[in-house]
Amino acid sequence: MTAPPLGLLAELTHRCPLHCPYCSNPVDLVPRSGELDTEQWRSVFTQARDLGVLQVHLSGGEPLARRDLPALVGHASGLGCYVNLVTSGLGLTEERMADLAACGVEHVQLSVQAADPLLAKRIAGVDAFERKRAAAAAVHAAGLPLTVNVVLHRGNLDQVGAIIALAEELGADRLELANTQYYGWALRNRDALMPTRAQLDAAEPVVRAARERLAGRMAVIYVVADYQDRYPKPCMHGWGARQLTVAPDGTVLPCPAAEVITTLSFDRVTTRPLAEIWYESSSFDAYRGESWMRDPCRGCDRRAVDFGGCRCQAFLLTGSAANTDPVCSLSPHHHLVREAAAPVATPPYLMRELPVIR
Amino acid sequence: MTAAWAPRLGRGARLGFDHVRRVPVVLFPEGVLLLNDTARAVLEWCDGSRSIGEIVEGLAERYTDVREAEVLGLLGELADRGIVTGAVRG
Ligand SMILES: C[S@@+](CC[C@H](N)C(=O)[O-])C[C@H]1O[C@@H](n2cnc3c(N)ncnc32)[C@H](O)[C@@H]1O
Ligand code: SF4
Ligand code: SF4
Repeated sequence: MTAPPLGLLAELTHRCPLHCPYCSNPVDLVPRSGELDTEQWRSVFTQARDLGVLQVHLSGGEPLARRDLPALVGHASGLGCYVNLVTSGLGLTEERMADLAACGVEHVQLSVQAADPLLAKRIAGVDAFERKRAAAAAVHAAGLPLTVNVVLHRGNLDQVGAIIALAEELGADRLELANTQYYGWALRNRDALMPTRAQLDAAEPVVRAARERLAGRMAVIYVVADYQDRYPKPCMHGWGARQLTVAPDGTVLPCPAAEVITTLSFDRVTTRPLAEIWYESSSFDAYRGESWMRDPCRGCDRRAVDFGGCRCQAFLLTGSAANTDPVCSLSPHHHLVREAAAPVATPPYLMRELPVIR
Repeated sequence: MTAAWAPRLGRGARLGFDHVRRVPVVLFPEGVLLLNDTARAVLEWCDGSRSIGEIVEGLAERYTDVREAEVLGLLGELADRGIVTGAVRG
């Protein structure tokens, strides 16, 4: 029996003032003219709550680029959902934050690119560093808890100590240090982003020491790079198991990166009810449970632990989404990951183009 | 963690009720937990003013079969996930 979902990741827009080379969003972005309108998003939230969703992550792109954000927050919150705002912080003034908090935002996740303005600008493509301070201050003024999220890669891993100090300065309740996942733009920039073994080995004791020192004040979460692991991550806690993603144009996805799996066809909220998509669509059904598994996953003891890893990664790297995630050391394709995880040179970043703003 | 510890909900965490599943829940920045009635009762008493020992005593007046070890186990798990915090009351 399929259980109802708990969480909804609502990608309100792909528009974004930053151009992070590590961005996991798709290479082909939805233009503004293709975005769901306010009424359509309201209907998504209502249907999601009826279906069992209790937590709504408002993300993108930059969710603050949607002028109807307060109305959308108010609607989701009014339904009883916990509303989490996931933002780069650009445009998050004290006034705007106060308004959004009054509408029902309960937690803010702020992304930061680096510990110093120069490197931050090199990564983000724009001057955003000082605006992160302003955004963090606005979150505090509104009395909301703050998570700082930093995507780690070869360009900033050496300053992980300074990044932790910055998060303390920003007054984060929680710091998420997430090694880059290679989807979307990040996969295009994989050679430039891939950390060296030496960098990872140097970062780990720094993180461990900080976690002990900050216990009770700031939680430090370190998400390892799955390319470096022996076994894959339990991606999404299983396909179509707990969470769904709605893309800016209303496409409903079992995982934020799923659109890369070109052998599946995905339904849209504009043409099919959300509950039907969750329970009956071919895309959500495709990799639910275990019957789709091949060897070596099929007979493996860990299949209930990691669900065979990530379907998108299997598709991107091996050409078939039903294969074992090649991150797994038991996968016959594991050499692909091993080779990619041993970086040679550092090519320049391929920067994301600004999505067309019309 | 010991019985002298006075737990409260962590920042950003709150109790709620899911009318779709008809179960109590605790909502927090990183996720959601569906609760059984015992867990909800424990969390309702976590206001930072009562020690775990007092919570267990209070619960025992209303419910049969309340075990301190179980309450400690539950709160330990929730504390590891940041859903409850607190300090030893001095
Ligand atoms: C895609 S962003 C959208 C929201 C907003 N623009 C921001 O950057 O916070 C959502 C979250 O994913 C993180 N992220 C982006 N690309 C990632 C990657 N390749 N691996 C891991 N996390 C990533 C960001 O740091 C951010 O916290
Ligand atoms: S990760 Fe960077 S580029 Fe991607 S949406 Fe967030 S701020 Fe924009
Ligand atoms: S073979 Fe499959 S189930 Fe076993 S550890 Fe690897 S990915 Fe997980």
